[in-house]
Formats: sequence, structure tokens, C-alpha cells
Amino acid sequence: MKITIEEIKHVADLARLTFSEEELKSFSQQLNDILTYVDKLGELDTSGIEPTFHAVELDTPYKSDEVHQVITTQESLSNAPEREEDFFVVPRVI
Amino acid sequence: MSELTELTAYELSKKLKAKEISCEEVTKAYIEQIEQIDPLVKSYLTVTKDIAFEQAKKAQERIDSGNWMPFTGVPLGIKDVLCTKGVRTTCASKMLENFIPPYDATVIERLKAQEAVFLGKLNMDEFAMGSSTENSAFFPTHNPWDLERVPGGSSGGSAAAVSARLCAASLGSDTGGSIRQPASHCGVVGMKPTYGRVSRFGLVAFASSLDQVGPICRDITDCAMLMNVIAGHDTKDSTSVDFPVPDYLEAIKDADSFIKGLRIGLPKEYFVSGVDKEVEDSVRASIDKLSELGAEIIEISLPHTEYAIATYYLIAPAEACSNLSRYDGVKYGFRAKGYENLSEMYKLTRAQGFGPEVKRRIMIGTYALSAGYYDAYYKKASQVRTLIIKDFKEAFNNCDVIATPVTPTPAFKLGEKLDDPLQMYLSDIFTISVNLAGIPGLSMPCAISSKGLPIGIQFMSDYFKEDVLLKVGYVLEQNLKMGRRIPKVLLK
Repeated sequence: MKITIEEIKHVADLARLTFSEEELKSFSQQLNDILTYVDKLGELDTSGIEPTFHAVELDTPYKSDEVHQVITTQESLSNAPEREEDFFVVPRVI
Repeated sequence: MSELTELTAYELSKKLKAKEISCEEVTKAYIEQIEQIDPLVKSYLTVTKDIAFEQAKKAQERIDSGNWMPFTGVPLGIKDVLCTKGVRTTCASKMLENFIPPYDATVIERLKAQEAVFLGKLNMDEFAMGSSTENSAFFPTHNPWDLERVPGGSSGGSAAAVSARLCAASLGSDTGGSIRQPASHCGVVGMKPTYGRVSRFGLVAFASSLDQVGPICRDITDCAMLMNVIAGHDTKDSTSVDFPVPDYLEAIKDADSFIKGLRIGLPKEYFVSGVDKEVEDSVRASIDKLSELGAEIIEISLPHTEYAIATYYLIAPAEACSNLSRYDGVKYGFRAKGYENLSEMYKLTRAQGFGPEVKRRIMIGTYALSAGYYDAYYKKASQVRTLIIKDFKEAFNNCDVIATPVTPTPAFKLGEKLDDPLQMYLSDIFTISVNLAGIPGLSMPCAISSKGLPIGIQFMSDYFKEDVLLKVGYVLEQNLKMGRRIPKVLLK
């Protein structure tokens, strides 16, 4: 087993997901198969190889710090699952 | 089947300019075609009939006032991963089932500036994760060449719609092959531009270092026409490059002379057992044709090909789990009911809003990035990515263009690969390296199999050489003479 049910539950927690017992069982098998497959990369010696995170080399573009309105407050609230006046409503955080 | 829907976007555009036909009748023809044929193909998630007719009216006004542009009045379908202002954009997910973007993606803005007509939003695998469109939270799309088979994915709706004449042309997105593979399965043309060639602003992000928007369309000319509009720098996408955009339509004009002496590389790792014989034979026949026309065929090697899938299925999920962490039920999208606190709200929302494949990838990505595993998985994969890029750099020292199959087999049956996600992943083998390297790739039809299924050929080139791909594609297209390629669903 590459990944135990306990580890899966921990990863699910990190990802803010929750699974039923059945889902955990089938996911467990599938995740293990996939993780076993990707272990193939261990065959390669990558010592001294720089990782690539961005395939096309670019300098970081900058722009001047000017205010531009792209969308209005009302537009940004338009898909809110719950709103009150100009606020998004959520369960209490603290 | 109407004559109007048979015209390519380019042909349509010329007739509209010459006022031989009106924008309204073209839009009407497409809407009728959708109403008749789409119940069988199921490519559209949202059809915007009224909006389309309004846009057709505006388009006609533009033409009448002498301000025609290439896409004025041309009816398009858009993969539902691109934000369209005021029009539901779902990414084929329950998470965004009722999400109405307050802005347009840049590529949409550019087409709207020409008064293109938008017929609606096209089906896809949920959040672009999949190779068959079966991961759509709503329903699968059916391949117009055989309704019991998949159209491919994740841009399956786009490829099916173009193939079945349900739009004149389409935009899709490609992260691991999601334009090229469905284009191949549906017998149409698809291009993934170089990373950074086309703006990703308004493209719902899956894997930010791999995603690109690109055309899915009837032929190479339409592809060039779309590339002319969508390619180019955008200050709203800091990964878009500020390099000049060639006129791709001009580029394909001198295509014939271009082929003489062109070096076409065949990577031996792509012509191995496991590739369906008809696929290999068809691809080789196309290459023979190019050789007859003067191209030089060279065997090359891309030695790290066998590691590409493992590399991709660590990098893409890692980037995805980060991108999809925004779906938390707070500001937009689905929010679950029955939670007692914030943490529960997040977990229930995400557990109910996402489908199984999305959850699988979020889990893989989270694991690969988590403390203790980052070096062994994500960093390792990113190092192998460097090796894959080196393979291509080496290859392009020895050839101008690389030719390969697009998929190991033609389209498989609906349901055939659903039980084994890993099997589904392995079918991406020929398309995936292109995204990892960031180079452009073109997929185009090269044959119809003995079972009546389209087979595609893929060309890859060095960075920002989409014009080279289009030239090769155009010459092949002209010489293959495959005709109108009418899928079975239209032959009733």
C-alpha cells in the first residue's frame, strides 16, 4: 500500500474534502494504483537537474500601480451564495 | 442538413462580406441544426438562441456599414471553461452550475469586437479533467461518427459540435491534449498554441503552467483564421508573451514550396506496439505523402517519452489542487446546506460540488505537494519535465517539425474506460509531452478507419512556430483530399 486510509483521510482534510466509507475504499485502490505508477520517475537520476515550473522563459512583467475598475461591487457580489448589502455572508470564523 | 452549415468559417465569412447571405439566415440555420441534431450528440450545455439572433443583427449592421471583419456574423460555440459575461459558465461542474461570470475572457472579448455570433457553451469533462467528456457532471457528449462512442475530452463538446456542423468553429482548451485528442476522435482540426501565445485571462484555471486556449475547427484555414484573432499579448495575463503575431492566413499561402526539404522527425518512442495498426498505417501514409512532396523524413528519439504521463499526473493535479482551492462556497458557485461551521461548509461544499475525477486529482495533487512528499513527487516530476524539454530542444536541432499519432486508438466506447482511471490516463501518451514542454501542437484528420472512425495525425514544432505547423497541415490537407468528412449522425 502506497497510501493508507489514515493518510487519505489526512490528505482529504488538507484539501477540505470529505468522503464516505465506500468512497474511501474505492479511492484508496485507485490512488494506490496511480501513486504506484508515478513511482516510475524514481528510475531516473535527476541529481543536479533544475526543476521546471514554467516552460517558456519570461521575465516577470510589471505594471504601474494605478487604480482601474474592472468590475463593480454589485457585479462582484452577483454570484454570492449568501449576501447582505455589500457583504458576503459566511458562518462565523472565530 | 443546410448548405449554410456546410460552409467553413472562412467560406461563410467571405459570403457574408459579399452580402451573398445574411447573418440572420446563417444563425437561423445553425440554431435549427442544433435543435435537430444536438439531442443526439448532446454537445451543448447552454444554447443562447436569443442572444445569438441579437448578435447576428449587430453583425449585419457592421457589415452593412462597411466595417466587416473576418468573424463578423460567424456563429461559434465556446467550451464552457471560458468566461462569457452574462452567460452561464459551468465548467461542466455542479460547483459552477449557476455561475454567471461578470466579465468576458480576453479571447471572447476579441471575438466580440468583431461581432462574432455566440451560439452557446459546449460540454466538457468537469474542470477540463478527463479524456472523454464522460466526467461532465451533466451528461456525456456522443461522437457524431458513432453515437455509442466518446468524442474524446476534455473539449469533447467543442469537437463534436464542429464535426456535426453545430457551429462554424469553436474554442477549446488543452492542458494534456484536451483540444488535440477530441479533434482527432471527431475528425476535425485542433491546435494547442505555444504556452503564452494566447491569453488565459478568463480561462477557468486547471493547471496554470500547462493550460492553453486554442481553435477547434473544420480545416486548417479556419484554424489560421481563429489564431489570427486569439493570439497575442494581453496585459491581464502575465504569462502571455509580447511577441509579434504573424498573419497565419498569409503563412499558409506559400505552403507548397515550404515542404521541399522540410525535415520531419518521427520519434521512435511514438511508433511502438500498443498503437492500433490502422492508426499507425494512416499516420505513416500521411508522412509518405509529405515525403513524396519533398519533405525529408528523419527518425529521432524523445527518450523520456515513457515518463511523460507520470510527470504530468503529478504536476497537473498539484497545480489543479491549488487552483481549485478557490471553490469554497464563499463568494460564488455552489454552497452546500446543513453545515454547522465554516470547516463543514468547505468540506460539504467541495464534496458535493466536485465530481469523482476532480476529487481524485485534487487528492493526488495535495498528496504530491504535502510535507514529506514534495521532493519525491512534485519536485521530482518538475525535474523530469526539464529532461523532457531537453529532449525536444535536441530534436529540433535535427528536424523542423515532429509528426506522431494523436491517440493510440480511435474513439473508444462510452463507459469502456470509466472503471480504471489509470487506463484513461495512459491514452494521453502522445499529446501530453507537448504541454509539459510548452511547445505548440496541431491535430488534424488523416484517415477514416475501417469502422468509420476518424484517425488524426499530430505535428509538433518549436516554440512560437505555429505558422510552420499550419503550413505543413495545409499541404497535407490539400493532398489528402479527404473531402467533406460527414459524420454518420448527419447522414440520416
